Amino acid sequence: MNITVKLFASLREQVGKGEVKLNADKPMTIAQIWAQVSEEMPLPTHILMALNMQYVEPNAIAKAGDEVAFFPPVTGG
Amino acid sequence: MKIEISPQPFNPWSVLQDYEAQRTQAGKCGATACFIGTMRDYNAGDSVQKMWLEHYAGMTELYLQQLAREAEQRWELLDSLILHRVGEIHCDQSIVLVAAWAGHRSPALDACRYLIEELKHRAPFWKRETLSTGQQRWVAQNTPK
Repeated sequence: MNITVKLFASLREQVGKGEVKLNADKPMTIAQIWAQVSEEMPLPTHILMALNMQYVEPNAIAKAGDEVAFFPPVTGG
Repeated sequence: MKIEISPQPFNPWSVLQDYEAQRTQAGKCGATACFIGTMRDYNAGDSVQKMWLEHYAGMTELYLQQLAREAEQRWELLDSLILHRVGEIHCDQSIVLVAAWAGHRSPALDACRYLIEELKHRAPFWKRETLSTGQQRWVAQNTPK
């Protein structure tokens, strides 16, 4: 099974991808997932991260079947 | 409690009127507080023609439900409502409606303020503006207040 990775708004345009399926042989931290998806781009300072639609920090662990998301500061309202 | 993400324009006053009409706590409500966010035709010194509002389908709804539940635990509320637009938005259209009902003004006002401030800081929505020049840009951050 895979880990589904989603990117939103300006971050999607910077990385050039909106959704990626990563092969998940073993659990990975959110920071490791970012490194794979962005092809080693440094983690932007104000980036927000979610695991299964809940905010997490870069050291959170994702496993097969999980959904991970990266996005810039929010601007709703 | 009502949470809704709307791709269609809405009239916040009609929404409030309809929601009031279907609420069932007659005789209990002493205070209603609401906030309506509207699209301006300017931002950061530039003239803005229209806006695109993106959201993280699933997480946005979940976050807003958690937020409304938190407010209902923190204050003695009778009810709360959050309605937020997505998609293409034009000047003078409503972006967001937040409302809180309570027995007294303090919990209604405090909860309404809390809901809109938390929404603006944490709910996954992003605005992309189209300026009157045709240039498009993502809004980097919300105004502090």
